[in-house]
Amino acid sequence: MTKNLRVKSSEYIDETNRISFKFNGKTYHGFKGDTLASALLANNVHLVGRSFKYHRPRGIMTSGSEEPNAIVQINPGTNITEPNVRATEVEIYEGLEASSQNCWPSVQFDIGGINNFLSPFFPAGFYYKTFMWPASFWEKYEFFIRHSAGLGKSPTTSDPDIYDHRNVHCDVLVIGAGIAGILAAKNAAKNNFKTLLVDEKNELGGSTIFENNEFNKIDNKNTSEWLKKEIEKLKDIRNLEIKTRTSVAAYHQYNYLLARENLTDHLEIKDKTNKIRQRLLKIRAKKVILATGALERPMVFNNNDRPGIMLSSAIKKYNEFYGVACGSKNIFFTNNDSAYESALSLYNKGINVEAIIDIREQSESKIVKKVKETGIKIYWSHSIVDTAGYKRLNSVSIMKLSNDGTSVTGRKISITCDCLGVAGGWTPAVHLYTQSGSKLKFDEEKKVFLPNQNTSNQITVGSCCGDFKIDEIINNLNQKLKDTFNINETDLDNIKVEIDQENSKRNIWLLPSDKPLGKTKPFVDYQNDATAKDIKLALKEGFRSIEHVKRYTTTGMGTDQGKLGNMHALGIIADTAGVKMGELGTTTFRPPYTPLTFGTIVGRNVGKYFDIFRRTPMNDWHIENKAEFENVGQWKRAWYYPINEETMHQAVQRESKAARESAGILDASTLGKIDIQGSDASEFLNRVYTNAWSKLAIGKCRYGLMLNEDGMVYDDGVTTRLGENHYIMTTTTGGAANVLGKLEDYLQTEWPELDVYLTSVTDHYATASLCGPNSKKILKKIIPDLDLSDENFPHMSFKEANIGNIQCRIMRISFTGEHSYEINVQASYGKDLWEQCMVAGKEFNITPYGTETMHLLRAEKGFIIVGQDTDGTMTPIDLQMDWIVSKKKYDFIGKRSLYRSDTMREDRKQLVGLLTDDPNIVLEEGAQIVSELNQSPIEMLGHVTSSYFSPNLNKSIALAIVRGGKEMMGKKLFVPMENNNINVTVANPVFYDEKNERLNA
Amino acid sequence: MFLINCPYCGERDQQEFKAGGEAHIERPKQPTELSDDEWAEYLFMRKNIKGIQFERWNHAHGCRKWFNMVRDTSNDEIKAIYKMGEKPPSQ
Repeated sequence: MTKNLRVKSSEYIDETNRISFKFNGKTYHGFKGDTLASALLANNVHLVGRSFKYHRPRGIMTSGSEEPNAIVQINPGTNITEPNVRATEVEIYEGLEASSQNCWPSVQFDIGGINNFLSPFFPAGFYYKTFMWPASFWEKYEFFIRHSAGLGKSPTTSDPDIYDHRNVHCDVLVIGAGIAGILAAKNAAKNNFKTLLVDEKNELGGSTIFENNEFNKIDNKNTSEWLKKEIEKLKDIRNLEIKTRTSVAAYHQYNYLLARENLTDHLEIKDKTNKIRQRLLKIRAKKVILATGALERPMVFNNNDRPGIMLSSAIKKYNEFYGVACGSKNIFFTNNDSAYESALSLYNKGINVEAIIDIREQSESKIVKKVKETGIKIYWSHSIVDTAGYKRLNSVSIMKLSNDGTSVTGRKISITCDCLGVAGGWTPAVHLYTQSGSKLKFDEEKKVFLPNQNTSNQITVGSCCGDFKIDEIINNLNQKLKDTFNINETDLDNIKVEIDQENSKRNIWLLPSDKPLGKTKPFVDYQNDATAKDIKLALKEGFRSIEHVKRYTTTGMGTDQGKLGNMHALGIIADTAGVKMGELGTTTFRPPYTPLTFGTIVGRNVGKYFDIFRRTPMNDWHIENKAEFENVGQWKRAWYYPINEETMHQAVQRESKAARESAGILDASTLGKIDIQGSDASEFLNRVYTNAWSKLAIGKCRYGLMLNEDGMVYDDGVTTRLGENHYIMTTTTGGAANVLGKLEDYLQTEWPELDVYLTSVTDHYATASLCGPNSKKILKKIIPDLDLSDENFPHMSFKEANIGNIQCRIMRISFTGEHSYEINVQASYGKDLWEQCMVAGKEFNITPYGTETMHLLRAEKGFIIVGQDTDGTMTPIDLQMDWIVSKKKYDFIGKRSLYRSDTMREDRKQLVGLLTDDPNIVLEEGAQIVSELNQSPIEMLGHVTSSYFSPNLNKSIALAIVRGGKEMMGKKLFVPMENNNINVTVANPVFYDEKNERLNA
Repeated sequence: MFLINCPYCGERDQQEFKAGGEAHIERPKQPTELSDDEWAEYLFMRKNIKGIQFERWNHAHGCRKWFNMVRDTSNDEIKAIYKMGEKPPSQ
């Protein structure tokens, strides 16, 4: 039966704005300002999910981003669905739908709940221990595990939302808008620092904003009242930007932070449309002030996880901030005074508080006295030993604690209740602090890890650095602000603070029960169902490192990353192993602090912007003529041009024949082009290429091979001498950027004395490569007045000419072995050039060909492709290209390495040709090559690097690298495949026109 | 993500830069005079220090200039930046 637990109007809840939403298919109502959690609690719904392993019913535990239990699926079944969202962070809007996760068929009746009764069979490391063998069963196990694991359901369609990135620069970034953060931001901005204040919540003020302890006063006002006035004043401060709903996810070195600004998640679906949903702020801050506050800890006792068991501070927030009572019969269980504040908060609103159970012997603070006056029963030195109620807490059993806190004695008392607030002390939120690389130190007295060694330009203020009391917060903050900003006064100087003193402390990481540990369920990590028992088992099995215990027990590995339970895990390990917590250290805090959706991380870089690509100036023509494209680096290159229903093989065979028999045209615009000028340009080329350049005449072209300093082939291409001190170098398509970088590196660092200037001009020119016996006739039609005779324009030379009014550079060079020309024009004329060639070539059946045909044609000639036939372990000698290595030059990059004992070995892998005995069998590229078939194991001699069916030779050809291949000419080898062995013969890698007669055909 | 003070451009984000390995390894002027071991020393041997390290960086998506950096690899603190050809700061 639903009842309304809304207890009073709150200024943060707009009761005139009623909102209906659905949870697990049922309609509920809340108000503007509610979170999904507060609205559900107002409807007396505590049970919202099932735990991961045992499928135990779980309820809302906290009021913030640390929530381990109340994680829900938002808008299930739609394309904007989001799994694993904390109900405590979802602001409700009209039409919101949410559902429980990890339960079937429903959260009320969950088949998986049987795991709870089987839990003795699910100890720590269960999966490691159970699914190890037999190994062949793993596939079956995996199916089962994948089915039972996982929380929410990922969306199955692409994310329709828009995400954005923004770079932000500020003098001061303040993280957390609690009292410390607000005062820090205010003073920073007032001192002319450009300040950004961010907070993950929608309202400023942190926990102080719902603080009503009448014994804590600032300037004679209640702290919440005083802070509200301070927040009002922020509006008038220049230099201060405030971003709410903004959660800092990561704090990297050099004060580089990533924050997620949530812009539309709280809006109705119709108002979200076409707006940026979330924005990733990439913040570079000169100074960072961490005011991230503290998280309340629960306590670890038997069955501490039932719906209705919450953090004491959360109960207070739901009561004061949202005006919601979490229960009608409330109990608090505490080890410090803060539960008394929560109890009084309820009492003052007329909500029944049955009892407070305190593990301490007494406390003399004013607030405790005040609670005593109200008549609320306090059980000192008592502990909860068990709780009852499957889907909702209905009672707790308590017993007296022994003096040493390790056992319980006396009579067991049972108290009925429907809500239990647990106050186990406060853990500073140091996650972001340690992400920045700064170091923590354990404070034995406060039992917390505190910031100790700052590595960045940063300070920590407020409770995240261990200042839990208002007077400590303000005094220490004041001093830190003065030191950090080098100022003499702040507006905190004259604040008068009165506080209630808390003197009594007691901390027990694992509370005893009347039953032995083996019979109890004291949860440490609620989301992953890791209990104190699991941690002790891990220690018993020999795990010592906190990082290992974490992984073995999965403690702290849920979506909440153990924000509540990690300290208890450490405490229990320390107590059990007899070491100090400070020596144990913590597990590593890693980004993100709270989960980020992928959309936020990628921002606008989705779809075609995910990986940018480059198109040549002729691209539109290729598309109009139905080319298939291939990715080469970032370029989209025409791969082949199928006609009608041609397969790739058919198209490539046709294109290859046409190029050799009449004329072909290739878009070569993607080749890297580097303009080289300067009085030392020739000397520079001498040093970077293996061959000699000084004597290259102006107007001539030369093929060059570039090595790495280790002697291995790095890149190749033709370089043309345009003038005395002017060259244009071409590089491979994929290597262009790296070659430029390498050349610049040598010029700047090794040879700064050389007068050489490098300019990348790859994008400035479009290149059409015209090839085949009729190429000359076609070029003649385009440029009638250029003398194309072999005498005037021989192979490996260059001419400047005009096509109409368009200036062009023409190189007579060939990558196919045919008579051919590479025509370069300014990029914007590229398509026009191409179309002119097509018109002029029509009578010769000019055939456009793509990269696949280019590869085939050059393989027929035995020309290498760097990166396909080489892999960074091939020297020019290995490639049988000794002819290109100058013996005369004193030095060039990589020369010395060619004379190392290793590079001079005779049995290195060397490039050879392979012919299959059956000329119709085409080898697979990558296939392995062996010399024996009847031996096992057998040495792999090498592999096939390029393989095609040559239509011009009417047989299969291949290039391969083979150990000692140079000496194997004519030798029979084998290429073993899955179903057969292919017999091959080692051959000369030049299969076609060995004498290069066609170049001048 | 480092904030690197390029000696030619000023402070820029690390993503504009490319790291280039250990600094002050000069290419031998007469490689042919070296034994295999001496050449291998130049070619392959690099320090991997926990602590102060001298390294080369390139402002690849900026001015494209190479420069040197002194960095403490244990906490990534950049101790000094200086141009190519300049002497490393004494410690």
